[in-house]
Amino acid sequence: MSVADFLSMKGYGLYVWGSYGVAFAIFLLEIVLVRRKRKTTLEQLRLMRDMEGEE
Amino acid sequence: MAINWFKYSAPTTFYGLAGKLIPWFAIPSALLFAVGLYIGFFVAPTDAVQSEAYRIIFIHVPASILSMFIYLVMAGYAALGLIFNTRLSAMMASALAPTGALFAFISLWTGALWGKPMWGAWWVWDARLTSELILLFLYLGFIALHASIEDPRRADKAAALLAIVGSVNVPIIYFSVKWWNTLHQGASIKFTGTTMHVAMQQAMFITLVACWFYAIAVALARVRSIILERERRTQWVTELPEVCA
Repeated sequence: MSVADFLSMKGYGLYVWGSYGVAFAIFLLEIVLVRRKRKTTLEQLRLMRDMEGEE
Repeated sequence: MAINWFKYSAPTTFYGLAGKLIPWFAIPSALLFAVGLYIGFFVAPTDAVQSEAYRIIFIHVPASILSMFIYLVMAGYAALGLIFNTRLSAMMASALAPTGALFAFISLWTGALWGKPMWGAWWVWDARLTSELILLFLYLGFIALHASIEDPRRADKAAALLAIVGSVNVPIIYFSVKWWNTLHQGASIKFTGTTMHVAMQQAMFITLVACWFYAIAVALARVRSIILERERRTQWVTELPEVCA
């Protein structure tokens, strides 16, 4: 089986790779968003602490 | 040996525990995806009827199962929060909702890409597909309702009610292929045996566990931010090394 055969999935390539491509893109996007959320939450907490320290 | 399980129901201790648990689910999840998809694409044979298109099953079925299962867990946490007024349960419900919604979307998306070559249609208003679409809307409704109420404790209560009432939809999705005449096929794996090739079963089971671990890891990571946000006025949060730094 060649790489081209594998990618074509006997003509169903668009459907098969369209399924896996979108699914894994969503997983990656979710991981990025969750990490970003943690970063911004920690930044806000530090900002809050600094503001309270000034009072 | 006495373990105080209630200790971990407090956000203070759960925050640390969740942080320690994440890699134990995230790394096995990646490995299991690799193994499951290897078996799914290189070991499992071509299907006699559906040719190579059937290989969508290794993401479609796990995503669909997870979308239903996460909903029940979310509704369970929401109910616990409503009954016992525990803070962490409501936070867990909020942490699970986006992941559940994404799995419901993946289920519908991969289903459409499978339906087009096999049925000739991206979408049909079949009982299975329609009830899964309702599941996605229930997740989105839960998230939107929670976000629309400013007081977090009141938001928890309102969203919990929605989650609990909506859970009636999950058995409808599950049994829809039995109760109605659907275009969607029935279950391939039954308690009485299966019609699937053993490698296909293995690949599907392994990717299912991979999705499961992924969902746990990402929900634990998300709940940590929710805990910090909602406990920001407490002393333990301000004393955390990652906040002090």
